[in-house]
Amino acid sequence: MSGEVDVNALIGPYPFRHVPHPDPEVLVRVLAREQLRGAWVGHLPSAWYRDPAQGNELLFAALADHRALLQPVPSVRPDWPEWERALRDAADRGAVAIRAYPPQWGMAPHDAAMHRLAAACAEAGLPIVLTVRFEDLRQRNHLDVAGDLDPAAIRSLVRSSPRVRVVVTAAGRETIEFVHWGLAPAERERVWWDMSWIWGPPEDHLAHLFRTIGAARFVYGTQWPMRLTQAPRANLDLLPDELRGAELADADLIARGAR
Amino acid sequence: MNGGAATLAGPEPLIDVHAHFLHAGTGRKDWEAPNRARLRAGERIGITVHVASTLGSWGHSSPTYFPSPADASAGNDAMLALQKREGDRVRVYAAVNPNDTSHALREIERCVERGAVGIKLAASRRADDPLLDPICELAARRGLPILHHIWQHRRREWPGQEASDGVELGRLAARHPRVQFILAHIGGGGDYRHSYVAVRDLPNVLLDLSGSGVDRGMLDDAFAAVGSRRLIWGCDVTMETGLAKLRALEVIGLSAEQLGDVRWRNAARIFPPGSFPMLPRVER
Repeated sequence: MSGEVDVNALIGPYPFRHVPHPDPEVLVRVLAREQLRGAWVGHLPSAWYRDPAQGNELLFAALADHRALLQPVPSVRPDWPEWERALRDAADRGAVAIRAYPPQWGMAPHDAAMHRLAAACAEAGLPIVLTVRFEDLRQRNHLDVAGDLDPAAIRSLVRSSPRVRVVVTAAGRETIEFVHWGLAPAERERVWWDMSWIWGPPEDHLAHLFRTIGAARFVYGTQWPMRLTQAPRANLDLLPDELRGAELADADLIARGAR
Repeated sequence: MNGGAATLAGPEPLIDVHAHFLHAGTGRKDWEAPNRARLRAGERIGITVHVASTLGSWGHSSPTYFPSPADASAGNDAMLALQKREGDRVRVYAAVNPNDTSHALREIERCVERGAVGIKLAASRRADDPLLDPICELAARRGLPILHHIWQHRRREWPGQEASDGVELGRLAARHPRVQFILAHIGGGGDYRHSYVAVRDLPNVLLDLSGSGVDRGMLDDAFAAVGSRRLIWGCDVTMETGLAKLRALEVIGLSAEQLGDVRWRNAARIFPPGSFPMLPRVER
């Protein structure tokens, strides 16, 4: 099957505003409409659960009938008792990656528990999916005080284990550059960026990043159901001529452990 | 131009009512690159006309949202020169700072004489302040729409601007029912649903779809709140989100007629007659 894999899809409601029909059945239809060949799918409200275990159960159950297209990305919180068991369980049940939310969990950029999770995910062969933000700071609910993911947290996580692989979602140009150019070349090879929040023309941030960092460091991501799935496709369609057709990284290869 | 190639948004006319350009006085060494990129992306999308403004010096010699009279005029001059160079595909808003009322009124007259088709008010003064009334009275006399920068549900002061929200613009619009107001960038930050309720019953306020925000539900709710005759398409500083929203409008079920309203007919109705000579006439 052709088309990209959306590495930044979610199901379930968002706590701070209504999100229309965030259901796996709808996501499957959206993938077909947008000619995407599959999605890595997390459970949206789990980012705010103290214990994400129940969210993971809901995620696996909701995706059970759609596993050919929708790959589960459960959350593992490394400061919670028996998180190692949760990670093993996720791997045994076919997780394609692990989501982690340091700002929502109140973790500082160099949190040792996150470093332990990075090492364990590397050992299990699972990439970690990080989320810079769910909404623009200007519209965030006054109870949503987590703040954006700090570039220092990403750099720290990547450096913490020589085998950890990280997919960062919902980053803009500044965060991407603060991390990419703040890592050694071998470290950069273990980080991929989804393009759901990168600006296109006239500032042409996506084109700039493709030229400077390379399209191979980017993956297709939409942040459905929060954001319009049409946005990343439109961004690719509006690249300058010399960059149109640039090849993104293959999410399947990332999941299988390729750099 | 696009060399006859198919455009991404199809062959129907398309007016971007919220565009910006830079100029040499903005302090950016690369100021021409975003201008070229906007025109390049516009050709690819199929934008018939960019209705655009320059906010003074964009912060270089006076603040973006509080431009000095000299910077406001220099920015408008740059836009008028661009319109002259680009012909029918660029139209100009006279961007003014209402704190300098006399200058603002003179500047609008001066720009209109040279081809400006609307007024841009950003965030120099709260929208419901009486200081804006003379500008609105001039807009009514001249038949000029006003594009007003809006912070959707402003809950506090934000640095660098005296932003207004939908409630404040609504008060101004209620005082000036003969003026058409464009509530700027529902995707430009803040809670757009607050704006929808604030202006729902004000027929002279249209919602501009521009902004980097592409929340699912934003367009559906805007359509439900005011209908297609009061939605108006634009990009502001992210053109990929403009294209994405056009594609999403089709998905959420607007008819071809309704899409045409959003794409260009609503703009053609509210700008002065003759603003877009390449487009068919519309009923006002």
